[in-house]
Amino acid sequence: MESQAHMLQQANDAKASGTRGELVYRQTRWTRLTHWIWAVSLFFLLLSGLQIFNAHPALYIGKQSGFAFSNDVLVIGAENSPTGPVGYTTILGNRFNTTGVLGLSGSAANPNGRAFPAWATIPSGQDLATGRVVHFFFAWVLSGTLLVWLVASAINGHLRRDLAPSVNDLRNLPKDVADHARLRFHHSRNYNTLQKLAYGGVLFVLLPLMIVTGLAMSPSMNAAVPFLADLLGGRQTARTIHFVTMALLVGFFVVHMLMILAAGPINELRSIVTGWYRTDPPQRDRREGSA
Amino acid sequence: MPKFQLNRRRFLTTATLSASTLALSGCDAFDFLADRDNGVRNVLEGANDLTYRVQRLLAGRESLAQEFTEADIRQPQRPNGITAPDDSVYKSLQSGDFADWRLEVTGLVEKPLSLTRQQLMNMPSRTQITRHDCVEGWSCIAKWTGVPMALVLDAAAVKPNARYVVFHCLDTIERSLSGEVKYYGSIDLVDARHPQTILAYGMNGMPLPVENGAPLRVRVERQLGYKMPKYIHKIELVDGFGAMGLGKGGYWEDRGYDWYGGI
Repeated sequence: MESQAHMLQQANDAKASGTRGELVYRQTRWTRLTHWIWAVSLFFLLLSGLQIFNAHPALYIGKQSGFAFSNDVLVIGAENSPTGPVGYTTILGNRFNTTGVLGLSGSAANPNGRAFPAWATIPSGQDLATGRVVHFFFAWVLSGTLLVWLVASAINGHLRRDLAPSVNDLRNLPKDVADHARLRFHHSRNYNTLQKLAYGGVLFVLLPLMIVTGLAMSPSMNAAVPFLADLLGGRQTARTIHFVTMALLVGFFVVHMLMILAAGPINELRSIVTGWYRTDPPQRDRREGSA
Repeated sequence: MPKFQLNRRRFLTTATLSASTLALSGCDAFDFLADRDNGVRNVLEGANDLTYRVQRLLAGRESLAQEFTEADIRQPQRPNGITAPDDSVYKSLQSGDFADWRLEVTGLVEKPLSLTRQQLMNMPSRTQITRHDCVEGWSCIAKWTGVPMALVLDAAAVKPNARYVVFHCLDTIERSLSGEVKYYGSIDLVDARHPQTILAYGMNGMPLPVENGAPLRVRVERQLGYKMPKYIHKIELVDGFGAMGLGKGGYWEDRGYDWYGGI
């Protein structure tokens, strides 16, 4: 309540005095271009990845898949029940009825036994071969773009200036968490602490982990770098980590969208399309200055 | 300026709306990619060549697939595809315990061969405990015993212009109006001569079971399961496979899977 009143007050002040924050050039063309290439790539990688997962909708821990023993952590399937077919999802031994979405989906007249539903896969029908073609193409695009971004950002200072959290940032973390929780956003040239941690986490942890676990599933790469699968706990564990990392990236995407909507979608979209970002108007009370 | 702002805003709104419509309407929008002859799909397939070249570069000719211990053999080898061929030729060979079965080695060789199972078993053998990775995503560890393929190729004296080994199989994998399709597949001579590429007649210390490809299957340990045909009866050395099947080098390749199954 207090924060909303504060924001309202701030907006009214700005309107009354006729001041708007100045436009600053926030995102270089490298950041904007790579951002959108990733957005497109991740869209196709996710939906083709779910297609690939559907070919064997179970995840395991270890070197191999347990058929005569049990080492699964996630199983999605369908089976007949007295009341008709049901879709189920078993996570760490806990079984959930997921009819309609996971395991069994489609119309009531034409139920379709498949792990992820048709609307979540590319192509919509069961087609592992096409899923693989799409997945590996965009895996190259994603990896190449990550490399280009890394080099460009190291040279243009984006890494050091914008992404590396400073001691001050970390000290400011509790306050930043509290600000986000109250949807109280400061619009400034610099990323706030949570932004730095979230973007850095995606670019330096999740995406590289995605690539490494993807390579660890390749029998050819297992011959080239045998320690890779072992390091990750075996090929099937690598596959499970690949899936969990996917879920984390989807989680990031959802929060990313919510934050953009909450912080002002036009301004946020403008900065990642044109580079220009409108900052908060200058504060009258210096103690309220944004970090 | 305000006009420009409005246009930009409208553009952004439209872009966002169309993006979300795309996401919400499901992915029927990309079903054209499933068409094997679609131009966009063929562009995307170009990445498979890059993948193949980079894997060959990184894995080299000789790098070995990981081998495991007896303790890792925890279950029977999971069979896939055809597990009980119902072809009359196969069934009659099977009823005679494959005594009348022969492995033909033909094509671009100086000395075509016709080998019995016993002749193959009399050749030097290799036993390896390896992980079978299926294109579907699962893995299973088993012990395989067979004759290194390089020895068979040497016995047949491969001609210098040969580039690929094609495996012809006894099992019919598809029956349709256009006829019957027997399983077949191909690898190049780099993989054919790889030290772990064996023509396997034994599995987990026993004769190779029917469901896993008796009397003979190939193990190509640096590739996925669909590259290791079962129920082999003929090995043909060729300089190209464009005239076979649908021209892509194998039953699954003809149906859109990559020829190099290294990932």
